[in-house]
Amino acid sequence: MESLIGLLVAAPLLGAAVLLLGGRRLDRAGHWFGLAMAAVSFVLAVALFFDLLDRAGEERTLHQHLFSWVPVADFRADVAFQLDQLSMTFVLLITGVGTLIHLYSVGYMEHDERRRRFFGYLNLFLGAMLLLVLADNYLLLYVGWEGVGLASFLLIGFWQHKPSAATAAKKAFVVNRVGDVGLSIAILLMFTTFGSFAFAEVLPNADSASEGTLTGIGLMLLLAACGKSAQVPLQSWLGDAMEGPTPVSALIHAATMVTAGVYLVVRSGAVFDAAPDAQTVVVVVGAVTLLFGAVVGCAKDDIKKALAGSTMSQIGYMMLAAGLGPIGYVFAIMHLVTHGFFKAGLFLGAGSVMHGMNDEVDMRRYGGLRTYMPVTFVTFGLAYLAIIGFPYLSGFFSKDEIIYAGFSKGGTEGWILGGVMLLGAALTAYYMTRIMLMTFFGEKRWQPDANGHEPHPHESPLTMTVPMMVLAGGAVAAGFVFDAGESFVHWLEPVTGLEHGDSPVSHGQVSIAATAVMVLGVAGAWFQYGRRPVPVVAPTGSLLTRAARRDLLQDDFNHAAFVQTGSYLTRGLVYLDHKLVDGVVNGTAASFGGLSGRLRRIQNGFARSYAVSMFGGAAVLVAVTLLMRAV
Amino acid sequence: MSFPLLTATAVAPALGAVVTAAVPAARRTTAKWLAFGFSLLTLALAAAVVLRFDTAPGADRFQLTESRSWIPDFGVRYELGVDGIGVAMIALTAVLIPFLIGAGWNDADPVEGEAPANRRWRPTQGFFALILMVEAMVILSFAATDVFLFYIFFEAMLIPMYFLIGGFGDRAGEQGEEGQARQRSYAAVKFLLYNLAGGLVMLAAVIGLYVATADQLPEGTFSLQAILEARQSGELDFAADTERWLFLGFFLAFAVKAPLWPLHTWLPNAMGESTAPVAVLITAVVDKVGTFAMLRFCLGMFPEASEWATPVVVGLALVSIIYGALLAIGQRDMKRLIAYASISHFGFIVLGVFAMTSQGHGGATLYMINHGIATAALMLVAGFLIARRGSRLIADYGGVQKTAPVLAGTFLIGGLATLSLPGTGPFVSEFLVLVSAFSRWQAVGIIACTGIVLAALYVLLLYQRTMTGPVKAGLEKLPDLRVREIAVVAPLIVLLVFLGVYPKPLTEILDPAVEHTMSDVDRTDPQPQHDVSEVEAAE
Repeated sequence: MESLIGLLVAAPLLGAAVLLLGGRRLDRAGHWFGLAMAAVSFVLAVALFFDLLDRAGEERTLHQHLFSWVPVADFRADVAFQLDQLSMTFVLLITGVGTLIHLYSVGYMEHDERRRRFFGYLNLFLGAMLLLVLADNYLLLYVGWEGVGLASFLLIGFWQHKPSAATAAKKAFVVNRVGDVGLSIAILLMFTTFGSFAFAEVLPNADSASEGTLTGIGLMLLLAACGKSAQVPLQSWLGDAMEGPTPVSALIHAATMVTAGVYLVVRSGAVFDAAPDAQTVVVVVGAVTLLFGAVVGCAKDDIKKALAGSTMSQIGYMMLAAGLGPIGYVFAIMHLVTHGFFKAGLFLGAGSVMHGMNDEVDMRRYGGLRTYMPVTFVTFGLAYLAIIGFPYLSGFFSKDEIIYAGFSKGGTEGWILGGVMLLGAALTAYYMTRIMLMTFFGEKRWQPDANGHEPHPHESPLTMTVPMMVLAGGAVAAGFVFDAGESFVHWLEPVTGLEHGDSPVSHGQVSIAATAVMVLGVAGAWFQYGRRPVPVVAPTGSLLTRAARRDLLQDDFNHAAFVQTGSYLTRGLVYLDHKLVDGVVNGTAASFGGLSGRLRRIQNGFARSYAVSMFGGAAVLVAVTLLMRAV
Repeated sequence: MSFPLLTATAVAPALGAVVTAAVPAARRTTAKWLAFGFSLLTLALAAAVVLRFDTAPGADRFQLTESRSWIPDFGVRYELGVDGIGVAMIALTAVLIPFLIGAGWNDADPVEGEAPANRRWRPTQGFFALILMVEAMVILSFAATDVFLFYIFFEAMLIPMYFLIGGFGDRAGEQGEEGQARQRSYAAVKFLLYNLAGGLVMLAAVIGLYVATADQLPEGTFSLQAILEARQSGELDFAADTERWLFLGFFLAFAVKAPLWPLHTWLPNAMGESTAPVAVLITAVVDKVGTFAMLRFCLGMFPEASEWATPVVVGLALVSIIYGALLAIGQRDMKRLIAYASISHFGFIVLGVFAMTSQGHGGATLYMINHGIATAALMLVAGFLIARRGSRLIADYGGVQKTAPVLAGTFLIGGLATLSLPGTGPFVSEFLVLVSAFSRWQAVGIIACTGIVLAALYVLLLYQRTMTGPVKAGLEKLPDLRVREIAVVAPLIVLLVFLGVYPKPLTEILDPAVEHTMSDVDRTDPQPQHDVSEVEAAE
């Protein structure tokens, strides 16, 4: 079975190579080939999954060593895979949702002349993402890590004739590179501390290192996770990333790639467990981001950007849970999976709406769409209920567990974390209900697009609606399945460990509180957007609303702090390089040998004096030779 | 005596230069094919060098050696020999030259329709002959194990380079033909004077070396092998001051060539004004002699002085990394941008050399190779683009991916390799250099790490400004890459990916040489704080 792991990664990479190098001949059927490659890796994943299930819990780890990658003295990096319960969970999510979204894209990108290339990039993404979660060492993980970053860059900027898309793509890559500095330094620290960066050597021996070092490694890993998972302070790229085609937003910027940061933290659990300070920072980052994203999500009128805010916020929950240590790891991943279902479903629904509305994204120009797009409405609605934590749908199980884990932290901290997460849950219900109401209910506020075409909303083709239905099914049922007999907990526990904290409140109390704040959030949104007509032009709004619309001024801050300063710096240096460095070196040389005088003369056209100087050099040589001979 | 393979590898391009130059003016195409053929012959000979090189443990350090007496009066010998590092560098040179010739196929053709009086001197024959001449000199520099002999080739390559920079440039520019010629001539002279100045200082050091060895050994010598052996056996032990002065003399010349901040300012001029293949020749091939020589001569002959100078050199390398990247971000001319990016990369190479760990030396050598290929890919595509539009200014481009997707795609891949994307060769080498720096001095490693963000900025800003957005006026009919151009770029890209995924064949060649260099400087790798294997053994 082990040999299948390599194939799993290779299939989509092969797809990418064929589609990107194959040229126009493949335009007609290329997308089906891309879909097939995604499906192949999904089938392989399922086969491996059943193989793992046949084994006992502790023996569910497969290794495949392909070749030695960079061997230089003690530095040994291998191309080798490790498949355990944690990576298996990701592999199923990535290939499963990935295949569905490939199918969806067949319909969504039908009219795009570069569809083949789009599928090539999607395949590339799948391959890189699988590499990321299957690598058995941090350096190979890094390759997948940047590979998904590259795919993300290419797909955000897919419509690169739009300057906004090109800018967003570059921004995503550069911000992620800041995170990559973190990952690089973490790996360097591991190498100097343990002499290795393979999971099998670092993680079991983590507690042999000093706490200071582990805190350093942990914080650097967190920096990397913040970049990839759009957590504060490296969150600014995710909203802009919505410039990419919607299937991309669903797959990469909601279900899979942005959750890679959570994977990194959970995978490195052993490091964090021995570095409580680093864990605290993870928790704080998660808590801040979950509120930050929720507040932004409440204010955006662009349906995709509102959902992007929500994604940040939900990953904040996961990050917080991961920061709690073995109390939270399992539930971070559980929420990650359920979120993969419902958030991908929501994005695909949003894409379906845009597809029917001439690519309009402003929710203030939607309204009353439920009768025109019944399938979209129902599937979107189910995903909506799942994310707000409607009892017995998937979000209810996973989010409540995280909130409970927060309380289990104990003490004042526990109360603060629980409170923050409940507040987040209320906000989630609010912004999601707002999206729901503005899109599917109320008056039709449709406006002609830039070319004057009136929208004629219609249901999307089957290639698009089938994936939406499957994901909605997952959003509804996943919680049940995971909760039944605590199957998910038992599945992951051998890898991540599990502890029960000391919670001041019971499970039941958490559920009741969470349901109560959810009702409050829904009611609040209904008062504002359900009871009254929604104005087509956004009202000015309070100071907070205005700030939230501008993503709480993240870009203004970054611009002032980094872009502006950086641009002065580079411009200043360009000037100085010419005037100062060049001048000083030329001047110094001149004072030694009159170089600059000669420079000027030759520059004026006396090219022959070059010959003179060469002869001069030769003469010196000869003279020296003779001299030596004489000596 | 066995077949002098190294000499043959260098003579092939030199002979090619003579033959090409002799082709009558009207037979331009013949000249091109001849030059290309000789570059392939050189490549074949270099391949033989690689195959003949023995990487087994215990094999000789310098192999394929040739030794003939030349100026017996003061110990100058014609001595050639290669260790793994030399083999790798010769292979890089031999691989790149055919691509440069292919890329520059039409760069030196006379401009049609121009009045003969205005026609500048553009003999195709000369262009290709000069490139081959440079190749010969570079290969000899990599192979020379006699210091004096090395010095001669190190200096002699300046002559063909000078004419390549001064005589051939891009077709047009904002300053018109005459302004461009003036700029070009300025760049060529600046190149020459900087390098001559460095070379003269080195000459003094070369002579000093002879005197110093004559002091302690039975007779003075220029032989690197003899010096290394004498040092190992303790027969030769320079006084600290002498060693430092000699080191500085050599190092200065290499730092000009490499180039290291603040001696870098000739490079943007030279790369900006010359045609793209010549710019690649400068940065990917000729400059590498500088960093190569630091590793071989400075570290090998003057280990103590190298250690003495390390703080300053590492400081300059760090400045180069950050400074070069920041200046690249600020450039408006795309060839100058690539030149500054190279300065940043040379900072990494020097950092790896002076970190003095196995990863540093292996990484620096890999870096030289990967940087050569990556810059070639990026710069040659940039050259194709510039030839189409007749401008080097970034602001004159926009939306190229719409009209020329293959060009834009290859440009992006070249750029991604330049920013050391994992999966491409440069990532491996850059990471090794970071490892070496970090394991010696944490802070240095961390500062160098920030270079990776800056690299993303200059590459992606360049890509965004030229390739994306609405199609700029005048570019609507921009033709995509032609077959010849694709044939030049595609293999480079394949190489970049191959070296990113499977660099092992190269590291195997380098390993023994790296070990020897480490023992020259008498350093060992820093050990991990908690050696996992020891912990396991204890259990």
